[in-house]
Amino acid sequence: MVLGKSGQAARATRLVTVIGVSMSLADTADAHARPTWLALDKLGVLIAIVAAVGVVLPFALFRANRIVPGETIMLPAALPLPLVFLLAAVLLAGFVAALLRWPAWLKLATGFVVLATLFVLVGLAASYLTPEGETFARVSPGAGFWVLAFAFALLVTDALTRLRLRPQYRVAILVAVILAMALLLWSGLWNDLSMLKEYASRAQAFWSEAQTHLLLAFGSVATAALVGVPLGMVCYKVRRLRAGVLNVLNIVQTIPSIALFGLLIAPLAWVAANVPGAKAIGISGIGAAPALLALFAYSLLPIVSNTVVGLLGVSPAAIDAARGMGMTRWQRLLAVELPLAFPVILTGIRIVLVQNIGLTTIAALIGGGGFGVFVFQGIGQTAMDLVLLGAVPTVALAFAAAVLLDALVDMTARGARP
Amino acid sequence: MSWGIAIRLVALVVLVVFLVQPELFAGVFGALTQNGQPSIYNQGSLLDITLSHLGIVAVATLAATLVAVALAIIVTRPFGAEFLPLSRSLANIGQTFPPVAVLALAVPLLGFGTAPTLVALFLYGLLPIFENTLTGLTSTPPAVVEAARGMGMTGWQRLVRVELPIALPVILGGIRLSVVISLATATIGSTVAARTLGEVIIAGLQSNNTAFVLQGGLIVGVLAVLIYDGLSALERLLLARSGQASRANA
Repeated sequence: MVLGKSGQAARATRLVTVIGVSMSLADTADAHARPTWLALDKLGVLIAIVAAVGVVLPFALFRANRIVPGETIMLPAALPLPLVFLLAAVLLAGFVAALLRWPAWLKLATGFVVLATLFVLVGLAASYLTPEGETFARVSPGAGFWVLAFAFALLVTDALTRLRLRPQYRVAILVAVILAMALLLWSGLWNDLSMLKEYASRAQAFWSEAQTHLLLAFGSVATAALVGVPLGMVCYKVRRLRAGVLNVLNIVQTIPSIALFGLLIAPLAWVAANVPGAKAIGISGIGAAPALLALFAYSLLPIVSNTVVGLLGVSPAAIDAARGMGMTRWQRLLAVELPLAFPVILTGIRIVLVQNIGLTTIAALIGGGGFGVFVFQGIGQTAMDLVLLGAVPTVALAFAAAVLLDALVDMTARGARP
Repeated sequence: MSWGIAIRLVALVVLVVFLVQPELFAGVFGALTQNGQPSIYNQGSLLDITLSHLGIVAVATLAATLVAVALAIIVTRPFGAEFLPLSRSLANIGQTFPPVAVLALAVPLLGFGTAPTLVALFLYGLLPIFENTLTGLTSTPPAVVEAARGMGMTGWQRLVRVELPIALPVILGGIRLSVVISLATATIGSTVAARTLGEVIIAGLQSNNTAFVLQGGLIVGVLAVLIYDGLSALERLLLARSGQASRANA
């Protein structure tokens, strides 16, 4: 009896499993061809719950000056009435798009419309809430805005994942988003937001730190690629070297970044003082030189190990064919193995670039500059707008680099395996 | 006993002696100081700070493991299959957030101290564990799952008795990665006043004392290497016990 029952239960679960699997298969294959377009989307329910929380949280934060605690302002009070209705209508459309099993492109379009409306209106809310002629008052986006933006960013991300766009289209969407953000910033719609007020009072410093940040992040990755790929090739050819080199690079990774930055100060100061010409090319103990060297050291492991893994993964058939054509060892390596391993090597470079864009913020602790300057100043003054001024561009930069290089990896992987 | 184990044992003993009696090493670090600076960190016990550092990492990793494994189980069940593609993209996007930014942004919500560090380490620890659990659960040989089904196991029994034990070494690999990242990242927590070894390093940076920087960095580095190797050994043991010995050498 008991046995029979559990057997039945097992069969029932199996049946449910089969139905569940076939359902999700049908979804991915042709969701929009199904007549049940009114059916609820499970993920959409989650997104709608998050968004609903966003609606009831304060939309904006008002402070009399930049460091006092502020008062929270709910959505209906944050905007002139017509705009409140506009936002309500757009959000409603967003809820519907999230909840129903619409085709992914329609969800994507609706998600982008909701995000664009949110971004424009938060700027308008800042202008609306700032008293006339008041220069110390700060209006910043409240928790509600962030939660709403997060919910609909989820919708957009999910739609993009389901669409499985070709890399060219993904890059095109990225460029369109960057252009839209540039237009928004250029139009002055956001000028009354607190983060932009922090920017206005240090525009010059912002761009010079941005330059340093880019130089450190991209410069370290470029030099690491120039050194790491040949080093990886040598490790691939010379087996005895492989374990040793990878172990040393592994240990470098375990040293905390702050310590590595700090430890390079003394040797570089010594070099600057004792090697003629070193100072002239900008080497000194404090500043950009130790930061660049530390970032370079961190970048080597992923690049070298991915080069080795990529080369090891080249199919023996391809190597045999090249050998049959009468190619020498070096010709094979450069003309056959390296191009075939390229997507894997590029993946290593992608990991390192995204990681270094983030790590560069720490360079500010040793006077290396970069966006970290604003983050640490902001922490010191408990001025969160200043922290955001450093953190938001860093995250945006890392995100854009990730999308771009992922697309590149996909493109080269397709080229390598036709 | 092999050379590798001997070296690690020596490193462990030296580390423990250094933490308990740092003055014994004053001469070694003295060479790095100038103008009569103290050569051993003197604003708190190194042992206490190290234990606090390890405690923060342990709590964050434990929480991350529980949440990440639970999430991975949900998205690999038929019920949560719809969430699988999105969770993969989210894990990817999460990695583009630099730890400093996460820390700094957690401060207004949680105040200065240990809490924002715990949150940042927790969020950072999720990703590798989640990815590895997914890999482990989705790469269970179909024949094994089929056999379990044929024996009349329910979905829950299959998960607990078959899929999770087979995936355990891979999950442990994710935890190992997460612990090593957290050990290094926790030092950044000291910029928002968490009690970690970053305190020693930052004190060194501020007073231009290389001995402090080296002490803090070395303790974290040695701890990371020892914990990494320890967990690797545990993984090999588990692989051998669950009959996947061929994978253990990979």
